[in-house]
Amino acid sequence: MSLFVHQLRAEQRLYWRSRELAFFTFLFPLLLFVLLDSVYGDNVIKGEHVKASSYLLAGMLGYGVASTAFAGLGIVLVLRRESGILKRVWATPLPPPTYLLGVIVSTVIVYAIEAAALIVLARAAFGIELHTRWLSLVLGLLLGSLSFAALGIALTGWIRSGEGSSAVVNAIYLPVTFLSGAFVSPHEYPRFLEVIAEVLPLTYFIRLMRDVVLRNETIWSSWESAVVVAAWGLAGLLLSIRGFRWTAREG
Amino acid sequence: MREAAAAAIAVEGLHKSYGSYEAVRGIDFEIAAGEVFGLLGPNGAGKTTTVEILEGYRRRDAGSVSVLGEDPERAGRDWRQRIGVVLQSSAMYQNLSVAEHLDLFAGYYERPRDPDEVIELVGLAEKRDARVRTLSGGQRRRLDLGLGLVGDPEVLFLDEPTTGFDPAARRAAWEVIRSLRTLGKTILLTTHYLDEAEQLSDRVAVLREGTIVAIGRPAELSGESPPTEIRYRRDGEEVVVSTHEPTRVLHELTAQALAEGCELEGLSVRRPTLEEIYLALTEGRE
Repeated sequence: MSLFVHQLRAEQRLYWRSRELAFFTFLFPLLLFVLLDSVYGDNVIKGEHVKASSYLLAGMLGYGVASTAFAGLGIVLVLRRESGILKRVWATPLPPPTYLLGVIVSTVIVYAIEAAALIVLARAAFGIELHTRWLSLVLGLLLGSLSFAALGIALTGWIRSGEGSSAVVNAIYLPVTFLSGAFVSPHEYPRFLEVIAEVLPLTYFIRLMRDVVLRNETIWSSWESAVVVAAWGLAGLLLSIRGFRWTAREG
Repeated sequence: MREAAAAAIAVEGLHKSYGSYEAVRGIDFEIAAGEVFGLLGPNGAGKTTTVEILEGYRRRDAGSVSVLGEDPERAGRDWRQRIGVVLQSSAMYQNLSVAEHLDLFAGYYERPRDPDEVIELVGLAEKRDARVRTLSGGQRRRLDLGLGLVGDPEVLFLDEPTTGFDPAARRAAWEVIRSLRTLGKTILLTTHYLDEAEQLSDRVAVLREGTIVAIGRPAELSGESPPTEIRYRRDGEEVVVSTHEPTRVLHELTAQALAEGCELEGLSVRRPTLEEIYLALTEGRE
């Protein structure tokens, strides 16, 4: 336990000191929220009779989980693997699961702070009406960040170089974020895009967030969304166990 | 039970291939507790493969390996309490300082050395609070060495610890390694610098294309095989005599020259340096 806390503390220090990482995964979703909300927050979503603002809040909670837990975590682990840090750590008595747990929990903490900031911002600056079930929110955030972290770790198995990691990760998560309706409602998409959106985990996570933050629903009453997110997380976990590597592939 | 139970490291019939390439082709050696053992050889000779098998990173194809009585492939985390590793390339967190790195790694061990003492030992006291991103290559390498030491290991693996160092930094690193030796640590050092192996090691194994071509004390390696060269000029032509009996040959030559009343111009007698022996060994010449 103390080893875990020791590692977690180092991870937190590393995260906040890495300005690029902290900016793109933590601050950027907040900035984007402010920007998008200022531009079209007052629009009314077609067929839903709600302001776009509230849609955006759930969307940005989704964008945040994708950028911190999936993209940020994935890139960090690839860079550490390719530079040999993971190999170096593996030679110490620190149990590998403790190391990974430190990285993952650190990510969950970052995302929790980001989510709290988004919700406070929504309430204070944009006057978005919240009907939040707090326990369900906490459980939902935990489920989402762990599931996307598992997917991010799984992805590292397919990335072969540190230089390519940002490009590959961005090429995956930005379109996914868009398709899942983080920025605009997917109801306005052409049919074939809507079909793709219907299988993506982020679509369901955003739906779940909308339900528990804005509609007074619990994670149990929105269980379909929660189950889809969890299923993707489980798939990510299995792929991570198969594909995660501590050393760079030999040239 | 084997006799050499005191060996800290024992390697027997070790083989390792990558695809069709045989990196290690049957090597044997033992390292006694408290010994500094040098694995010397050019790039691609199989040094790193051998060391990484001993560190538990790679699986061997054949042979037996024991480090502190355990098989590195199966040894657990407790075994790692007793092992220190310095890999060939430095890898550290860019945004942590020297002291933060040592504190972090010290925390992984049950009985670490005092991090400040280690910082002092590797000569980074002035850079104590500097982030890794601001350190020079040599300073990073010294931090690497410090991270390998901070767990106070019984066995330390050093894979090319001074590659890229300037001469002063190399000597400083040598001092650190010598001080570890006086503490009774067992050290396996790989290097392609001959003087480094000679300066630091109790024994050296010369590796070429995955096999050990010579093993022994540095003095023995240069003492045994190659012949002494006697050179002089006669009638303007250079004469080279290679012999294993330099005393007798030289005596005959000089006696003859005296008798004939002529001078052996440019007479020189030299034993090949360890470097030449090493080059001969690693290039496959005899």
